Order: sequence, then C-alpha cells, then structure tokens
Amino acid sequence: MKQTVKLTVNGTTYERDVEPRTLLVHFLRDTLGLTGTHIGCDTSQCGACTVLVDGQSLKSCTAFAVQLDGANITTIEGLAKDGELHPVQQGFWEMHGLQCGYCTPGMIMQSVQLLDRNANPTEEEIRHGIEGNLCRCTGYQNIVKSIQWAAKNKNQGASAIPEADAPQVDPKPIAPVP
Amino acid sequence: MLTANATGYVGSRIKRREDPRLVTGNGNFTDDLTPAGTLYLHMLRSSHAHAKIVSINTAAAKAMPGVMAVFTGEDFKKELAGPIPGVPFGSVQAVPAYYPIATDRVRFVGNIVAAVVAETRGAARDAAEAIEVEYEDLPVVIDMEKAVKDGATLLHDEIANNICTEIELGNDVADTFKTADVVVEHRFFNQRLVPNALENRVALAEFHPGDESITLTVTSQNPHILRTLLSGEIGIAEHKVRVVAPDVGGGFGSKIATYAEEVIACIASRKTKKPVKWTETRSESFVGTIHGRDNIDYIRMAATKDGKITGLDIVAYCNMGGYMSLLGPSVPVLCGVIASGPYAIPNVHFKAICVYTNTTPTDAYRGAGRPEATYMLERTMNMLADKLGMDPMELRRKNFIQPDQFPYFNVLALNYDSGNYEPAMDKALQIFGYDEFRKTQEEARKNGKYIGIGQSTYVEVCGLGPGSGMTISRGYDCAVVRAELTGKVTVFTGVAPHGQGQETTFAQIVADEFNIPIEDVTIKHGDTEMTPYGMGTYGSRGTAVGGGALMLAVNSVKDKAKKIAAFQMEANEEDIVFEGGKFTVKGAAGGKSITFQEVCLKAYIDPKMAPVIEPGLEATRYFEPGNFVFPFGTHLAAVEVEPETGDVKILKYVCVDDCGKQLNPMIVEGQIHGGLTQGIAQALFEEAVYDDNGQLISGTLMDYALPTAADLPHYTLEHTVTPTTVNPLGVKGIGEAGTIASTPVIVNAVVDALKPLGVTDIQMPLRPEKLWKLIHNGGSGNGSAGADTSVVEQHFGEDNK
Repeated sequence: MKQTVKLTVNGTTYERDVEPRTLLVHFLRDTLGLTGTHIGCDTSQCGACTVLVDGQSLKSCTAFAVQLDGANITTIEGLAKDGELHPVQQGFWEMHGLQCGYCTPGMIMQSVQLLDRNANPTEEEIRHGIEGNLCRCTGYQNIVKSIQWAAKNKNQGASAIPEADAPQVDPKPIAPVP
Repeated sequence: MLTANATGYVGSRIKRREDPRLVTGNGNFTDDLTPAGTLYLHMLRSSHAHAKIVSINTAAAKAMPGVMAVFTGEDFKKELAGPIPGVPFGSVQAVPAYYPIATDRVRFVGNIVAAVVAETRGAARDAAEAIEVEYEDLPVVIDMEKAVKDGATLLHDEIANNICTEIELGNDVADTFKTADVVVEHRFFNQRLVPNALENRVALAEFHPGDESITLTVTSQNPHILRTLLSGEIGIAEHKVRVVAPDVGGGFGSKIATYAEEVIACIASRKTKKPVKWTETRSESFVGTIHGRDNIDYIRMAATKDGKITGLDIVAYCNMGGYMSLLGPSVPVLCGVIASGPYAIPNVHFKAICVYTNTTPTDAYRGAGRPEATYMLERTMNMLADKLGMDPMELRRKNFIQPDQFPYFNVLALNYDSGNYEPAMDKALQIFGYDEFRKTQEEARKNGKYIGIGQSTYVEVCGLGPGSGMTISRGYDCAVVRAELTGKVTVFTGVAPHGQGQETTFAQIVADEFNIPIEDVTIKHGDTEMTPYGMGTYGSRGTAVGGGALMLAVNSVKDKAKKIAAFQMEANEEDIVFEGGKFTVKGAAGGKSITFQEVCLKAYIDPKMAPVIEPGLEATRYFEPGNFVFPFGTHLAAVEVEPETGDVKILKYVCVDDCGKQLNPMIVEGQIHGGLTQGIAQALFEEAVYDDNGQLISGTLMDYALPTAADLPHYTLEHTVTPTTVNPLGVKGIGEAGTIASTPVIVNAVVDALKPLGVTDIQMPLRPEKLWKLIHNGGSGNGSAGADTSVVEQHFGEDNK
C-alpha cells in the first residue's frame, strides 16, 4: 500500500513510492541516501533532523513525506554552493561550534533560518532562536559565536537561505530501500 | 618534550580538521551505513521492573511478512560463548550472569526479552509488538537503603543483601572525630542522570561466511576493548573480529561498556548471514543505555576552631542498577580515591556500598565518581565555613595542599603529580570581583532580592591510567607514525576521539615535530584492523596518554630519519641535527643538508641503503604513564533566584582551570564549556526519576530536561599552567573538569541566595517549583533529608559525638 510522492531536494526532483508512514527524515536518509540529516530522538525535541521546507525550518521527523508532496527541501548537503561553504557552515568551523558533529546539521539549518529572519540577532535572540535544537557537547557558547560570525560575514542584504536552482529531474534514480 | 618549531601549530587555535565533513553532512556515523541486503533488528523490552517470565509466544511474530528471525532468552543463550561481562572491584560476592536476552527473570524496565530481525525497520517493530509475554511480578527494589536490609527482596538469589561490592579506602578516623573542635555532617543525594549523547547507540554487524569472521561497526569509545569482550561473548576468536567506530556522536562514558544489543546483532548476522543493523531510539536509550551517578552520600568533616580540617569520613551508597555493567563498581572507586580533593586532610576514610536495584545499570558518565566526590566535599566545605563563620574561600585557602607538598599522597590511594592551587583561586576571585560582589549581594538582599555566590575548588584524577596502580589492567595507549614515501605522514592512534578533536591536536604535534604543513598529516582512529591495541577515549585520557604514545612514535621515526640522513650525508648519526625541517651535520656550517621529505623518499627507494638500513620509515610505540594526572581549578558563580517563578538565573560564571600545557586553547575551551554545561544541568535540571514500581517516569526528552541554549549563561574562562612530568607533552586531561567542578558551584550559589530564609541545603536538581515552594514556605520543606542528623549518626556510630 505504497503512495507516490514527488519532492525537490537540494535542487533535484525525486518521485518515489513510499509507505505512507514514512517520515520525511526517513525518506531523506533511507530513500534518497542523504544521511547528513540526523535523528537524535523520537519526540521531536532534539532538532538534529532540521531541514528547510519551502524556506521554513522544519524538524523532518514531524512530517510524513507524503504530506509534503511538491515541496522544495534544502538539507545540509544542499547548503554549500560551488564548493564554497555557506557562511553559517563557515562560522561553525571558524568558532569551534561543533564537537562530535551530530547535532550540527540540524543546528546549522536552524541557524540559517534564524539569520534569514533576523540578520543581526543579539546573543539572547540567538539563544532563543536555537532553543529547539539540543547540543550535548558544546554548552552552546561557541554555537552562539558561530552564528554571530555568520551574521557578520554573510553577504549583507542577501537572504541567508540559498536560492533554489531550477529543479533538475533526478538524474540517477536510486533504488528505494524497502 | 615538544619541539618549538617555526610551524607553530602547537599552542595555537588551529581550526578543527574534523569539521569540513561534519558541517557539510558528509560525516560517517554508524547509522549512515546500510550495506546491500541489510536486515533490521528490533528489541522487545520488559515493561516490568522485576518479574518472572512465565511464557513467551512468538508464533504470531514469526509468521509476519518480512520477519527473518525471532530470538528469546533460552534459545539465544545457546548461541553465546559468555554473558555480558562486569569487572569486579572491591569485595565482590559474585558477578551475576547478565544475558543479552533475559532468560527467566527481568530486573529492570528495558531489560530485553526478545529480539526480532526483519527486512525492514517497520516490519521488525510490528513483529515485536505481536510477541506475547506473560510476566509474574516480583516485589520491586528501588530504594538502596532498604535494598541492603535483611529480608529485602533479592535481585540475584546468590547475592546477599543485594550488595554488589563494598569498597573501603583511607585510614582510621575515629579518634579524629572524638577530639575535634567542630564536626559537620550531612546526607547528600547525588541524583541519577541519563548521559544522552545526541547520537543514540547503533550496531551494524556483518558476518562474513567465507572466513567466519565478523565486522561490527558500532558507536564505541573503545573499539579494541570491545573487540576483546565481544569475542568472549559471541565465541568468534579475537583475530576474526573487527570492530569499527566511525564518526561517533558523543559518548560521555555511555559508549564504553559492552552492550546486549551489539551481541544480539552479531549473532543475528551469523544466523542470517546478512548484515544486521540495530538503531536505538531515544526512548529506548533512556532505559537501555547506562545511567550515571545515583549515590546517597553520608559525609562528616572534622576541623579545628580556626578552620583546619582534621578528618573526613564518607559512607556512600552507590546504585548499580539491575546488573553489573562493565565498569559499574569502578565509579565509586574513582569517587573514593579523590574524596579529599585539593585539601591536605590527614585522616580520611571512605566506604562505598554498591547496591543492586531494579533500575537500568549504571556506569561511567562524564566525570564518573569524581563529580560525586567533589559535590559532597564542596557542599560540606561551605557548611563548615558557615559553622565557623568563615568565608568559604578563606576556608579553602587555609586547607589547600601547598606547592612544596607535591607529589602529595592523599591517604586514600593517590600521589598527586603537581599543582599550585592558590594562583588559580586568586585569578578567579579577581576576575569574578568576589569582594565587590559580596557588597552587591548585601545591597540586593536589602531590596529583597535573592542573590548568591557559589564556589568550588577542585582537583580531579584523570589520564587513565598508570601502568600499575589500576587493579584490573595495565593502562597505556599506542600510536603508529608512518612517514610515507612522498613525505606525508599518516598516524594511527589507539584512542577513539568522538568530539575531542584529536584529528586536529595530534596533527598539530606531528606537523610541528617534523616541521611540515599540517595538511601533510592525517590522523586515523577507530578501526581495530588498522591500529594496534589501544584503550580508547574516556577518563580524560586521549591526549594525556594517546598523545604520549604519539610523541614516543614521532621520536622513534626521527631517530631512524637521522640514521638515514647520516648515511646520505656520509656523517656520523650522532652528529645529525634536525631543525627547521632539515637534517644537517653538527658543526659543518653551510655544509650539506637533506630535507625531511628527501629522507622519506630515500627510506623507501634508495638501493644504496639496501645492505645497511631496513626500508620504510615508521614506528609503533606504546606509552604507559607512571601516574595519573591531576588537573585542578577554581570555579565561581553568581546567581539570582526569581521569587515569582523559582527560576535560577546565572548572572556570571567564572572558571580558572589548569590542565597543564594547552595544545589548542580553542579545543580546551570547548571541552570546558561542554563539561560545565553537563555539571550545571545536574544542579538545575536533570534527573532520572523512578517511581516505586520501577518505571522511569522521566524517560523521554519531553520529560527529562536537557539544557537548551536559552537556559545557560555565557561562561568566562581563564587558566593557569602547571605542567606535569607524567607524560612527554606536559598535558593534563580537560574533558571532565567542567562537569566535576560546576555542580557544587551552582548549588552553593543557590543555597547562599536563599540563606536569609534559613536554607542550608536543597536537594538537586534545583527546579523552579522546588525553589518557589521554598521561598513561599519561608525556607522550610526543602526536600533535603540532611536535616535529620540521627540518620547520619547511624552510619558513623557512637563516636559521632
């Protein structure tokens, strides 16, 4: 009893048959093999699976893939353009915003949205803006600094969210994992 | 010792080499791997804390689509070579058999009763739900002090009074307490915590039928130790077992032990001849992965009128959970050996009673024993200061071990290597503005505000461990340094970093020592097929011990390189000097030289060297330190308790830590930030709560309060540098210091804030509703059992004046 879903992920449009109970995060990881998006909990607390859906951050464990038919999704793999890190990625590297790196993809995606909404946030605004994402390693201090670095060094005036390329149709379909 | 080179990597804030892959989603975590044909494993866990298994019906599950195998206890036991091991410490009666799948009885909620292997994750889960288990409930044992009483229900029939082991250290303190001017005593509760590494545990087992070997890719902090233990559990000889720990998403001690699920995955793969993957869910992790802490500590401290501490006596009940986890009883040992902290106390006695209860097994969690010791000691110091009418910092200063007393034997077990405690304290006091803040506090109190100052001066024992002195094993690590033909260097280390940054710090060392660009160095770890026997990463040992091995190997490579350079320049080996990336002949100014890269090339290809020098340029070395290392420091915090909400706001947090030489200050700071946060979270937020039926009622991230960015302050960090001679780098570990120091700082600060209400102690965690009630009840009903001194007296007997 599978259902067809069509999603554009990082600029490529994929059409796949999935079980209706497939969460977006499982679709990304298991069906498309995009394992940069992580799973850290089962109650939507940790935010490790945060991605951008039509420009809005979403914990990808909170939606079924089939609910998002037609959506445009950006994952951590789609953030760097032409081999150049996104300012938020660069900020995390510059300011030691990660240790084990497990929460990092979700934390970065959330930070991208935060800066899109507020180009120059205060420390308090940053702390509140990422409170839906848990990190067990850093104590958040250097994550705050990473986001401040990105705010300072990003192209002023430009959206923090990378522009979507014209969708390409899935060039090499991957055999769906059952 | 480290060489000062123009490359200057060591000591600099070098950006981490781990990060490019991790910020782009190109990390390589265990659950990211799914070989073709992978089957999925799911556990059925007991929802009863203590019960006999009357029957299990798996017929319906086995008949479901996609199901490949269902295992239950008795059948599964036949596949095993041995149970899950626990390492005994102290007066262990017996190590109870801990089978991966319970056979006749379950002893904690989460104990595995059956396992399903299926073609999809969903099918495995659906089938597990179709298994029918009939239980016959037994009385549940949760309270440690009741568990040890005669007549209590036994978890393991062969283990009297549910006592796993007793550990006793130190000397006789009875006379000290009889003659003391002042005695303070208290009962502290060090609550149970759930480690919550953000990556749950994952095991991917691949049995290779061709040669009957097996590869386990797994979230492990110590792949070699796991391989040895796994071999004994599954009955495949060690040389046919490969354990790989790829990127590991945090551990904090929870990924040291050998676990049931890894064993089940391996045996399921051997049975089905397919790769089998098990991925823990967070809710499973809450009951299936080890917990930390959970002690009831009775402590008394004796002192003279003018504040010189003369004696310390501790009886600690330590909860082991339902079975002995690998290093469960080692945690109270680590608590006991450091119980007197940075103070010169002549008479110290420590006794731990380790108790089985119907709860998830406990084991090492960040700090492991040392936070428990530091918490009760630093809280008691403040109680003594109150009783003597002294400032808590003056009391500490008066009792510090003095610089000329090192190496210092602390009566319990340890020889502290080096330390200089007062400069760190002075620096912290100055940065914090201690005296001025006391005035601010006084003013604020007049305005009805609840503002407090908290303190902690700590010393920790880490860098596990010395060759001798650990009762169960030698303590060492290893490194292979291979200079490649092209002048690049590959290092294989036996430690298993999972966030600590050794891919960077170790490369800094190598690049400086050979005077080559850091880009020319690669650090490899986490694969038993690739590195020699290493002990892994835990106990703040990665750099202190693994880095020592690296230095030895680097020096051995240099020695051989000098031999090659001597041959090439037709000089005596003793006359060769290596400086600035070049080998030259001593005294021959402006003469011949040969670069490191040229030496590498010659080592592998020069036929002229054939009869004289063995090809290749690499070394394998083990480093076994002669002692632990003892980082220390002073932490101070100011807090404000909001009377309307009971919230604790941390106004400032200052810490001055001393971990000896810092290889990369940026990474050191990161380790401290994270450590502080876990310690502060114990003080304010986190608690694994069991009800009387043994149900973990804070068993998901919805109920268990992990701190968020909005809950925490900005930390102010400073340091002093007191090197050690225990290892060639002069470094002390820093992974656990923050956690060890910070918990009592916050509790001391909140108790100080509420002092005007007559509050002397509050049981952790200091959640808002607890503090709100305290404030609104005028200081009474604080939930601390410490007020009942008769309870304390029972533990120390008649001499307790």
